[in-house]
Amino acid sequence: MKQEDPTAYTKAPGDRLTHAAGKQLAIYALAAVALLVAVMFVLNALAGLTSSAAGMSSMAVDVENNTITSYLREEPPQMDSMRASDAVSAIVMYHVMEGLLRFDADGELVGGVAERWEQDGTNVTFWLRDNARWSNGEPVTAHDFEFAWKHLLSPSVGSQYAFILYPILNAEKANNGEVSTDEVGVEAIDDFTLQVTLETPIAYFDQMVGYVTYLPVNEEFYHQTAGRYGADADQMIYNGPFMMTSWVHGASMQLVKNPYYWDADRIKLDGINFAHMTSDSNTLLNLFKDGQIAIADLTAEMLDEAMLRNWSLNQFMEGTVFYTEFNHRPERLTSNYNLRKALSLVHDSSELVNRVIKLPGYLPGESLFPNWIQGVEGPFREEYPVPNSPPDVELAREHLALALEELGLEELPPLVFLSSETPVARIQAEYYQEVFRRDLGIELLIDAQIFRQRLQKMTDGEFDLVGAGWGPDYNDPLTFADLFASWNLNNRGRYSNPALDAQVRIAQTSLDRKERLDAFGEIQRILLEDVVIMPDYERGYVYVTDPQVRGIVRHVFGSETDFTHAWIEPGE
Amino acid sequence: MWWYTCKRLLQGLVTVWFIATATFIGMHNVPGDPLSGERATNAAIRANLEARYGLDRPVTEQYFIYMGNMLRGDFGISYTQQNREVNDIIREHFPVSATLGILAVMFAALGGILWGALTALYRNRLPDYIIMFLVILGISVPSFVFAALGQLGLVNLNSLTGVSILPVAGWGTVSHMLLPAMVLGLGTMAYMTRLMRSSMLEVMSSDYIRTARAKGLSPTRIFTRHQLRNAVLPVITVLGPAIAAITTGGFVVELVFAIPGLGRYFVQAVQQLDYTVIMGTTVFYGAFLVFMVILVDLVYGWIDPRVRLQ
Repeated sequence: MKQEDPTAYTKAPGDRLTHAAGKQLAIYALAAVALLVAVMFVLNALAGLTSSAAGMSSMAVDVENNTITSYLREEPPQMDSMRASDAVSAIVMYHVMEGLLRFDADGELVGGVAERWEQDGTNVTFWLRDNARWSNGEPVTAHDFEFAWKHLLSPSVGSQYAFILYPILNAEKANNGEVSTDEVGVEAIDDFTLQVTLETPIAYFDQMVGYVTYLPVNEEFYHQTAGRYGADADQMIYNGPFMMTSWVHGASMQLVKNPYYWDADRIKLDGINFAHMTSDSNTLLNLFKDGQIAIADLTAEMLDEAMLRNWSLNQFMEGTVFYTEFNHRPERLTSNYNLRKALSLVHDSSELVNRVIKLPGYLPGESLFPNWIQGVEGPFREEYPVPNSPPDVELAREHLALALEELGLEELPPLVFLSSETPVARIQAEYYQEVFRRDLGIELLIDAQIFRQRLQKMTDGEFDLVGAGWGPDYNDPLTFADLFASWNLNNRGRYSNPALDAQVRIAQTSLDRKERLDAFGEIQRILLEDVVIMPDYERGYVYVTDPQVRGIVRHVFGSETDFTHAWIEPGE
Repeated sequence: MWWYTCKRLLQGLVTVWFIATATFIGMHNVPGDPLSGERATNAAIRANLEARYGLDRPVTEQYFIYMGNMLRGDFGISYTQQNREVNDIIREHFPVSATLGILAVMFAALGGILWGALTALYRNRLPDYIIMFLVILGISVPSFVFAALGQLGLVNLNSLTGVSILPVAGWGTVSHMLLPAMVLGLGTMAYMTRLMRSSMLEVMSSDYIRTARAKGLSPTRIFTRHQLRNAVLPVITVLGPAIAAITTGGFVVELVFAIPGLGRYFVQAVQQLDYTVIMGTTVFYGAFLVFMVILVDLVYGWIDPRVRLQ
């Protein structure tokens, strides 16, 4: 036997050995599988301790129990309405809570806890219905609103959305710690009458009351939670159509119909199971295909398959407008009008949306004011149209030459484009880089940063151009219009123009609808003529829903995805 | 042995302290403001938030306060989830990652030994070529590709058969764990297969196997008692680091399969500059890794006294 060659060893006399070893390995494999199964049973028991997915069906539509299953894009940071500032928390909040006013299936404001309301100058009075109840059976009173609003305005709470209450008398001062919150103009005259005094008469206060920050909080319960209000399902009480029965952090959230809700007859579903928390669009599509969630957003590459499968597609504008903002600080090159004009003349938002981004549901941006905004009678953008300005490379070069002359430069140094690191932002930045180089010979340096770093650089003014966006807070054009007012802290390009400021003041204080909209029209004109920004796109989504679920509503205001009007229609 | 254990533990503590300090310094030097939000806040609110998180003090003072709290096992409150403690986050989400990790490691180890032994037995024959090709695939293809492919395959399988064989994503029962654990363990399994193969080949050509055959022992006995047992030792030694790596490195798999593990918090905290969660998860994972390595060293020292002397 030639021991030096192990191959020969296993082959020649070892065939018997290999055979026996193969048998042994088979036995070993069986033992391994048995061990794995045993371990899995143990783990199953352990997993039962760490989560509680059981209890509700995991099917997209459960006809028998009248429940549906959906998902959340991410774990809601918290369910404390006084502190919440994100869209996902708002989705859940609008299902389990109800404010003075709520949004109906058409997105219109109607009475919620308030039966009726009346505005007379700076005085707004809400008359509350007496049959609204918390999920512990106690009535929802005007005191619950007074407590929540005053509490969140106190500087120690540090609410990021406190500014949305600033139209109320002394709210801003109280929030800055200048006066006590007792002096804020909110008073519960009795259990069912809430008197609000405004700083100045404004036309859009009711629209703001629809926002999450204006939701009520039960004071007694709030103090029982000792700082953990809204941290878990049992750390809050509910007055909305649904109540939360379980919240497994990062995994799932279950809502069941709230029997104490005053208008419970209106609610047709018995439960909503947010069974997954993920933003991975492929995972969500796979879950939808597998019949485990009732709704899913689609990306461009999924459209063909959706057509092939004959899914019913829906579309909705999410509300946010994206634009490229210039740095207007005097020391920056982009403070030069002719340079901005030159860049804007080669910028083509329809090419960007249709040939570069190519996401379904997106619209080319033309103005800071999105398409869905309402004017005096019809859509705002029809009443105050944006002048058509197609790209013009010749004219752009003339403006560039002027700009160089004014700046006293031979050649333009590279400009910095601050961008976020999302895939869409990246291709957008690369598109500009190519267009500016091709048409104007301007070098663009892309500075891609994660969210908080980008915000810091925006605030510090470390950019020439920045890809920015703005989502509306309340249903009035002012939510966009005051963005470039010189005093607005969100005006991170530090644009300052007395003419624009004056129009913002008119829009803020006037009670005449025509006068206000004229002011918005003027603001739109200034923004475009002075090239304060270059509008890029309006974000929208294309989504599919399970054919058995009807009445899912998606709107800009209120819950982004609203199941409170939905019902199940059993098919086949 | 005791002295050796103490020495190793002390070294581990210093390592963890170093990890904590380096993370603290790095984190505070990254540009960006953990308290900033989409909407600009006024000075008064900012000052209050800074006071709540102790950011109004000098960084060195913050460091000592933080280290003091950490020694008492308090990692503080999250910045993004303002009423949730980092301790709660770790307590609720680490068991999920650990469960998935244990299953993945078992899968990797058992599979690796089996395939490794097979390839060695059938060296340079067809089964060897097939398995080694798959092994190279398993080592070189990143896990998110397998995760996506696996999930897609499952969707098609479920719709083809008309019954839900395994859930596509989510967490809760053991059926949810199966596919993610397999995907997570795949890379390690491939690595262990190679390790097992080479160590098995070495054993097979060694003198004592020849002696055993010469003694007239049955092939079954030679295989189980002499070959497998000796060949498996190197595989066991990489098990410790593998457990730590798999348990802490499941971020992608957790994302694709929508699993509420700690990996997601670990990565998102950095993106959101959530100081306390960054510190909490990094120190926790760091300590876990260090502990696993020490454990393996100790077991090694117990098996092989020569290690202790060095």
